[in-house]
Amino acid sequence: MSGARLAVLGAGAVGRSVVELAAEYGHTVTAVADSSSAAIDPDGIDTAAVLDRKADSGVVGDADADAALDAEYDVLVEATPTTLDDAEPGFSHVAHALDRDRHAVLANKGPVAERYGDLRELEADSDGQIRFEATVGGAIPICSTIADFGAGHITAARGVLNGTANFILSRMAAEGLDYEHVLAEAQDLGVAEADPTFDVEGIDAALKFVILSNVLAAGDQEFTLDDATVDGITDIPGSALDLAAEDGRTIRLIGEATPDGVTVAPRLVPDDGPLSVTGTLNIVQLETTHAGRLNISGRGAGGPETATAVLSDVSRLTE
Amino acid sequence: MSDTASEVQTHTIRLELVDEPGELLRALEPISEAGGNLMSIHHERGNVTPRGHIPVEVDVSCVPDRFERIVDSLREAGVNVIQAGAERYDEELVVLLVGHLVETDLSDTLQQVESCANASLTDLSLSAPRGNDESSSARVRLKTKSGTTEEALATLRDIAAEKDLHVIEPLTGDQP
Repeated sequence: MSGARLAVLGAGAVGRSVVELAAEYGHTVTAVADSSSAAIDPDGIDTAAVLDRKADSGVVGDADADAALDAEYDVLVEATPTTLDDAEPGFSHVAHALDRDRHAVLANKGPVAERYGDLRELEADSDGQIRFEATVGGAIPICSTIADFGAGHITAARGVLNGTANFILSRMAAEGLDYEHVLAEAQDLGVAEADPTFDVEGIDAALKFVILSNVLAAGDQEFTLDDATVDGITDIPGSALDLAAEDGRTIRLIGEATPDGVTVAPRLVPDDGPLSVTGTLNIVQLETTHAGRLNISGRGAGGPETATAVLSDVSRLTE
Repeated sequence: MSDTASEVQTHTIRLELVDEPGELLRALEPISEAGGNLMSIHHERGNVTPRGHIPVEVDVSCVPDRFERIVDSLREAGVNVIQAGAERYDEELVVLLVGHLVETDLSDTLQQVESCANASLTDLSLSAPRGNDESSSARVRLKTKSGTTEEALATLRDIAAEKDLHVIEPLTGDQP
């Protein structure tokens, strides 16, 4: 879809980048909302002014946040923070768009990981479509690669989908530092959040692999976070990384999505293998039925990176 | 139809030897005397069993009934045969164990792994911190029989869980 009118919900790093880059992709932003306010203009908002206002005063406009849902748009971009269980309010935002026969593009993992079946059901009753490339691996085209191959031709997906945990593990290995020390460094650099639980306990990675499982199952089976076996990196001492290194290996937080389910755990991988990406990079390996293994790596997080995935999804929508 | 009774196969025999001069030779003699073709000897000198013995793995190729004779003559010669069979321990499994390894009796843990997980320990590296509060780590290299690696891992997981140890597993499947 080209020349789409976008309503962007969420004005965090991803939402703001979508607003900033939309024009470059030939789209118009007709509404943007953060948690407390909205800016709406059917002819297109003044994106620079709205972003300045957000930076200066913390709000995007004078309208009620909810008003953005009823604005004129072709595609709703759901970029509010990920929530678990009922995945609200993100789920209702998407439901609202589909109810209006509009498309929805998600950067929010919650609805796709926790309520995939509900989403697909609503989509089936709507003229709108949902896409969610941005929920898995930021800028890396994973869902679209699976779609290109056909889910039936991919037998498993595995890899590193959390940049924070990967940064911590690769720094621990390279510098011989312990977990607490590197975590503090990551927080100073803005790589880890003040509350890093989601990242270091493996929950964020698990949500992404749950989403991949749902895509790979193609409706035969539905997965949620509860179906995943999740183990984080908080208990790994520096000595474990040293022992791994002596043997030409290292430790990475690896997720796996197979027909049997989803696991996320620290695993031993060859030091020089494709899965031992360093820093905040992400990588996904897809096992194909006839074409061996595909490795796709790149930046798995960040505003412009994730916005790129959102805007590519908008382009993929059919009118 | 193949005649399995006359087919030459490779058999692995696991022995435990007392750490004394001449022991290895004494163990190998009955094998050649009984007509076994010695393929390889894996003598793990640096790796002493909890009983203070040295594990040795010997690969012998011969027909099945001759193999039985070899094992019998080894036992008659007083050599400690731990395991003898056609299965080869040819899959390697490297895991890290993390936790209070020393306090939870590491040698008992490893003995359980060897006996329950049907694996043979080939290498162990331990990194224990100075204090007692911190976790220690061990890198454990095991040989398992073909096709039983998953099983061995599952048993290892159970043994570790019992002692509240953390197992960092390798990715299974051939990683390039």
